[in-house]
Amino acid sequence: MIADANLPVIFAGLMALSVIVYAILDGYDLGVGILLPLNNDQQADQMVASIGPFWDANETWLVLAVGLLLIAFPSAHNVILKALYIPSAIMLVGLILRGVAFDFRAKVAQVNKHRWNQIFKLGSCIASASQGYMLGSFVMGFEDSFMAYSFAALSALGVTCAYALIGSTWLILKTSDDLQLRAIKWAKLTGKISFVGILAVCIMNPLINQFVFERWTTPPFAYFMAIVPFVCFTLLFIGNLVLKQLPLKDDSGCWLPFLITVVVFIFCFCGLAFSFYPYVVPGELTIWDAASAPESLRFILYGALIVIPCILAYTVFSYRVFWGKVEDLRYY
Amino acid sequence: MADVFLLSRLQFATNISFHILFPSITIALGWFLFYFKVRFNISGHPVWMRIYRFWVKVFALSFALGVVSGITMSFQFGTNWPGYMETVGNIAGPLLGYEVLTAFFLEATFLGVMLFGIRRVPSWLHTVATLLVAVGTTISAFWIIALNSWMQTPAGFEMRDGVAHALDWWAIIFNPSFPFRLSHVLLASGLTASFLIAGISAFRILRGDNKKAPRLALKTAVFVAALLMPLQIFVGDLHGLNTLEHQPQKVAAMEGIWDTQKGVPLLLFAVPDEKNRTNHFEIAIPNITSIILTHDPDGEVQGLNDFIGEHPPVAPVFYGFRIMVGIGMLMLVIAWFTSFKLIRNKPLSKGVLYSLMGMSFSGWIATLAGWYVTEIGRQPYLVSGLLKTSEAVTDIAPENVMFTFILYLTVYVGLLIAYLHTLFLMARRAVEIEEIQPEERLQQKHFPKTLNITAGELS
Repeated sequence: MIADANLPVIFAGLMALSVIVYAILDGYDLGVGILLPLNNDQQADQMVASIGPFWDANETWLVLAVGLLLIAFPSAHNVILKALYIPSAIMLVGLILRGVAFDFRAKVAQVNKHRWNQIFKLGSCIASASQGYMLGSFVMGFEDSFMAYSFAALSALGVTCAYALIGSTWLILKTSDDLQLRAIKWAKLTGKISFVGILAVCIMNPLINQFVFERWTTPPFAYFMAIVPFVCFTLLFIGNLVLKQLPLKDDSGCWLPFLITVVVFIFCFCGLAFSFYPYVVPGELTIWDAASAPESLRFILYGALIVIPCILAYTVFSYRVFWGKVEDLRYY
Repeated sequence: MADVFLLSRLQFATNISFHILFPSITIALGWFLFYFKVRFNISGHPVWMRIYRFWVKVFALSFALGVVSGITMSFQFGTNWPGYMETVGNIAGPLLGYEVLTAFFLEATFLGVMLFGIRRVPSWLHTVATLLVAVGTTISAFWIIALNSWMQTPAGFEMRDGVAHALDWWAIIFNPSFPFRLSHVLLASGLTASFLIAGISAFRILRGDNKKAPRLALKTAVFVAALLMPLQIFVGDLHGLNTLEHQPQKVAAMEGIWDTQKGVPLLLFAVPDEKNRTNHFEIAIPNITSIILTHDPDGEVQGLNDFIGEHPPVAPVFYGFRIMVGIGMLMLVIAWFTSFKLIRNKPLSKGVLYSLMGMSFSGWIATLAGWYVTEIGRQPYLVSGLLKTSEAVTDIAPENVMFTFILYLTVYVGLLIAYLHTLFLMARRAVEIEEIQPEERLQQKHFPKTLNITAGELS
């Protein structure tokens, strides 16, 4: 039997898991949308085909993350979504436009296809930027100040760029020839911007936030916090070196940039998560303040423990089915 | 500037009305697809694959619209109705959570295999993927209807300091109105999908598509509708009796009964006047409502005047109910008449085809009307007897709610137009696709090679 006091910790962990899985998975397909070229229909088709079988399941991780927030920490859900009312609505419209454009573009005449491509790209940019904006406002404790808005705006840019980075490395993995070369270019550029972005957050976050400052400078968390930027910068640097070598013969190593980016994502996320733990609303609500009744958490937990391994298993199955370069998806 | 309460209600109503259109198609269409695929596996006849290929596109399109509008709703619980989760979050949360865990991932993951995996996995595995998508959409309906039914007829909980706490999950899920509501909704989806398939197929035939695929699809759909409609009437009747037991004020509004009385007549038409608490222009058949509701011509039925301040607005419930029943009757007549013709191998006249085409979206109208009856019928409560809708609303600035309301409304109207436009575009184009690929028929045994399509086309 799990003690009542541990339930919120477990749910915070599950929520963190679904947020990071979401950021990686929907991150790459949003990134592909952000990068969608409007001047080359054939490449656009390939790029969309590379995410076709996955985007819907990827987005479900967002539903799970928001769902877990709603289920496990309802009062935090209310506070957060009230504070982020407008940006979350804008994100939803972005996700709606993108989700439907994906489907409509394949079913309409060529004239309209271009318009749906534009909508797909626009929706992806809106969704990414508003997620970044919301992350920024969260970090700033939903403050109502010029400083907070500027930080949120910067964060919007940063997240959009990070998604474009992981999207381009996904394309390096899934494509070849011209499109792959293009993706390598995109990855080099977005990698450098991400580098600057992470640096900016590392400097700004402890400066503007007393709690974070203490967390970053007081052991034991301080040790971990020191590792995070170090690992991220080293990996981005190595990633850049790898990109300069690509593409290699037999396309070996095409998976390396994607893997590196995933690890950077995980480290950045852990850095952020541990900066605020155990607060679910920075400076206001801890996970224990906000948690639902134990009997409800327990009811969902037992189900989750059975179902989540199944979800992971069939997710792996689906990635195995669509393994390999995207060209194989075309039936001519 | 209108108030937050009204705007939030309008926004939620818009959202849920838009959302419900698509699950009401996909739940049953998933099972239709499974049936088409199995028929193909058994017979090896490419016509079943052609039917599958056409309708799987419609499924994908409807599914995408359902997903994106569904995500919006899960956000609105927190943004517009914070009092809802604060009061009943301990109950609603786990039910919604189970929907995500057991249904969303299943359908979303296997949708990818179903749409794009046809050449990458063996045919049987593709059939299993189709089955799992159908199962996923149905499980999704199970959880969401469990929560909705619990809001109508709450059970299995206790209130502590104004917050609902779960006592018995079995009683919460299988609450008194759940079995009736779930079967009513699943049958409604079956009818919605049937009439959509029959209507679009009739459209294709009327446009000169004389291939086997639309005719066979039409036949299948009409037979299914003819079987489901009487079942739906039966279940609807049981559902009504259950509502009378647990929510008599809703039934009183549906029937337009103001005073508690014996030998209640059935109002075919009337104009309810809530101000003067009476009806105008009544057209009534004596004693029928008493017979339907109490199975006794002189049975007593409670009237709205017993529930002053606690009953729903009468007019929308009253009219909504009549629209739903009216369309149901029309469905029954058309489905049976067409089936009769089909069984006797008579060709379908243009008139029949046009009426099927006209009924393409009748399921949507009936579902919406029925949904309004049950949801508006619960007012002024959000959770019957526990939480009034007005107590759950947010205190966000009305300008913000106005902004998002207009935003969603614009997007939804645009999408609905695009959806209908694309649906008919696909139906028109299906003719051309079949005509330019006669060689397909020669290769019917080598199924994968006959699929002359791109990944993009199937999305």
